[in-house]
Amino acid sequence: MPNPTRIEVNCITGEVLEVELTDAEMEQREVDAAAYAIEQAEQEAEATAKAEAKARGDAKLLALGLTAEEITAR
Amino acid sequence: MANTYEQIGTTQTVGSAVASVTFSDIPQTYTDLKVVVSARSDAAALTVVMRLLINALTSGYTDKYLYGSGSAAGSGSYGATNGFLGDINAANSTASTFASTDVYIPNYTSANAKSWSVDDVSETNATTIYMELTAGLNSTTAAITSLVLNLSAGNFVTNSTFSLYGIKKN
Repeated sequence: MPNPTRIEVNCITGEVLEVELTDAEMEQREVDAAAYAIEQAEQEAEATAKAEAKARGDAKLLALGLTAEEITAR
Repeated sequence: MANTYEQIGTTQTVGSAVASVTFSDIPQTYTDLKVVVSARSDAAALTVVMRLLINALTSGYTDKYLYGSGSAAGSGSYGATNGFLGDINAANSTASTFASTDVYIPNYTSANAKSWSVDDVSETNATTIYMELTAGLNSTTAAITSLVLNLSAGNFVTNSTFSLYGIKKN
């Protein structure tokens, strides 16, 4: 199966080429995609942890006697 | 359209999926550049990130973006090895919908760091989808002669389009 291609437009000559990615470029793409997937997972985990911490904090404030309105207004 | 706003070359329409689109040998005769994109990725995700390489550089990028997801809003920043151009539709979004992206690059021939701004919106028939405003910078002081647009995952699908414009001072 051939590698994906890229489009190259020369803005001076107007020439448009469609070039197959080299194996090295394919490897770099895979490295980039893996790094991006890890970064996304870390961001999602961080957001989840933050939301859970907020929920725990809100629950404690409710237990101390604050109203939901007072908690939201902070 | 003002005569100071000219298309450079022709709109590139993807015929079969491609990994990236490069505009090279960009004329140095304009003041600003604008890139207009309608695109979708074939990656198995709701959206993926479209990225920018200025003069093929893989370092020196910083950015800040503000986003709305349909139910939340927030901000963030992307890595230093690619310029951030926002999210575009991917394979898990509604079929045949494409994201719209406008990129503005002022003073691209200057000897100062290069900045860009982006407004982009993806499309899908569901609650969660993204719109973003981005401000980005690359530390290079060289004039911009090439722009590469690529993706964090997958390829640009058939019928994605890419147009480059040059804008001159009046």
